[in-house]
Amino acid sequence: MLTLEKRPQPSQAWTYLAPLVAVVVTMIVGGAVFAMLGKPPLESIRTIFWDPLFGEFAAFDRPELVKKAGPLVLIALGLSFGFRAGIWNIGAEGQYIMGAIFGAGIALAFYPMEARWLIFPLMIIAGMVGGMLWAMIPGLLKVKFKTNEILVSLMLVYVADFMLDSMSLGLLRNPEGHGFPGSRNLQQYASAYNGDLIAGTGLHWGVIAALFAVVVSYIALSRHIFGFNVRLAGQSPRAAAFSGVNANRLVLVCMGISGALAGAAGMFEVAGPSGQILSSFNVGYGFTAIIVAFLGRLHPIGILLAGCLMALTYIGGETAQLTLGLPRSAVQLFQGMLLFFLLAVDLFTNFRIRLTAKEAA
Amino acid sequence: MKRRTLLATGTTAAMAAVLGAPLRAQEPLKVGFVYVGPINDGGWTQHHHHSAKEMEEHFGGAVELLYQESVPEGPDAERVMTQMVRQGCKLIFTTSFGYMDPTINVAARFPDVKFEHATGYKTAENVSAYSARFYEGRAIQGTLAGRMTKSNKIGYIGSVPIPEVVRGINSAFIHARKVNPDVEFKIVWIFEWLNPAKEADAAKVLIEQGCDVILQHTDSTAPHAAAKEAGNVYTFGQAADMAEFGPMPRISSIIDNWAPYYIERTQAVLDGTWTSVNTWDGIGAGMVGIGEISSAVPEEYKAEAEAMRDAIAAGDYHPFTGPINKQDGSPWLAEGDVADDGTLAGLSFYVEGIEGDIPS
Repeated sequence: MLTLEKRPQPSQAWTYLAPLVAVVVTMIVGGAVFAMLGKPPLESIRTIFWDPLFGEFAAFDRPELVKKAGPLVLIALGLSFGFRAGIWNIGAEGQYIMGAIFGAGIALAFYPMEARWLIFPLMIIAGMVGGMLWAMIPGLLKVKFKTNEILVSLMLVYVADFMLDSMSLGLLRNPEGHGFPGSRNLQQYASAYNGDLIAGTGLHWGVIAALFAVVVSYIALSRHIFGFNVRLAGQSPRAAAFSGVNANRLVLVCMGISGALAGAAGMFEVAGPSGQILSSFNVGYGFTAIIVAFLGRLHPIGILLAGCLMALTYIGGETAQLTLGLPRSAVQLFQGMLLFFLLAVDLFTNFRIRLTAKEAA
Repeated sequence: MKRRTLLATGTTAAMAAVLGAPLRAQEPLKVGFVYVGPINDGGWTQHHHHSAKEMEEHFGGAVELLYQESVPEGPDAERVMTQMVRQGCKLIFTTSFGYMDPTINVAARFPDVKFEHATGYKTAENVSAYSARFYEGRAIQGTLAGRMTKSNKIGYIGSVPIPEVVRGINSAFIHARKVNPDVEFKIVWIFEWLNPAKEADAAKVLIEQGCDVILQHTDSTAPHAAAKEAGNVYTFGQAADMAEFGPMPRISSIIDNWAPYYIERTQAVLDGTWTSVNTWDGIGAGMVGIGEISSAVPEEYKAEAEAMRDAIAAGDYHPFTGPINKQDGSPWLAEGDVADDGTLAGLSFYVEGIEGDIPS
């Protein structure tokens, strides 16, 4: 008979193994789903996971992977601090939108002045401030009034969405846009454009920022007292309090970091690949980043890998839609399964299965 | 026997050799479609897809259809278009306003691929723009709405405040007032093209406020369902006929019919005669279809609406014919003047009599 038994210590091996097992199980179950839809399962899996990297058109896909992974990694890194400390910022999507609005707002305020050395850095700062301010709302409400940051941050996503609508129709609307919604396209404004640093690689400043953030997070979490405090607060709030961690300050700092990084991601996106403030600007990176953070075990290197994997499912999923006619929802299901199986497999980190003999009657 | 088989085989081979060149030339033309919604949304995307299918059937094996649904407007759209080019598409239709800049960007990278963007205003050497004069259909809806309302309150569910939608509201209002000087319009904006939940809420609010005719510029059938539940409320199909809600509440509809255009443009690519154009067709060219006016409408009103439809189709009547004043009372079109396409394309004001502001 099978029984679950709590491990005295979480299993180190399973901590690292769980994401890999989850990916493999997702592939198997995903393949089965594709087969049920009448699509060749192996070819579907290959199209999603292999072709964008090494297939016939990989040269086109790799830069796209980089562009997709950049914002995911940046947002997920920010979230990982809070998640480690038990502070649940679910509203990164809203902070991402506000970062884009602030960043684009600065650029459009200077338009058409050409001064990249001034405008672009200001945009980055504005983007971070925008995201941070938005994250401070649930942060301060939690500290002052003990509100639930999960609900408040999530609800603020919808508010940010409406702000975006309003901006694309009002304040930031392109005066030469023939009455259509949407701001000027920043891709045509040299001082603000966040283009590829080396043409055709997809490597823009946002990706550099993401890589830089990986390194800084790694150092902060493993070598700095701040990282220790974050982990301690997550594992044992009481112990953290005794060791002098100010819980309220920790909430604000964690919310601030995640907001600032999400805001920066939004700014890099609106100034680069997207180009415009439009009501359709946000495509859910803020939510997908939650999956990325957990899939990466809240560890900076893990998040980097998970972000790349997630980008792969996006790009490969699109190719699979086009070449194999897989429905879009099947691909989304695939991404959802990834998190689902990770949480399921995670059971083995804290529990083990034992084969016990039936008790004698 | 063997010899004959050999001969026959030989002949076939020879014939194949002769026909080889033209056969290869008939390798199907790949045509890509980028859709903003799911292909079964019941409205906008479904009709683009339906028209695309019709085009594919029209050409038999000469055309192969590739499509991708629910593509977000922005950098994702660029990637999807690029992918279609890689798959060998020589002609790509991008069927939503928000694909305008992405289409222009991708088109600049692939000058030998033709692009067709729906409902925008930017064109390029290899990018055409196409749209339909839906405001012609709105004139007929307005007329019917003005005749059918008893409360003199007409509800209008606005989607995104772009000129196309504003044109529709103005056109419907002008014609409703023409047959019924007491009508009022109540306009609710939902800022989306398709969101059944929001559309249903908007319809309910309008009905609660006393509207007994609901016009919609959104794509789902949710407002019809809400109207049916309330009873004694009239609606119009949008993009699709939505005949399943007839004869009540749906009393007529505007049907998008892109098939003739898709066939014409694909033919042009096959013939090598494609050039960049800016097309804006209406009822006359068949791009805007008027759905059957249902039995809930009295004969005389039906005849009146159909007469207007025919006059617009024949080019005898333009829905924006003066005198028309702007909302603030300043003159727009003098007696007998007709709005020019340039003004209509960027229309961003209400005409006199409509209350409220266009959101900005």
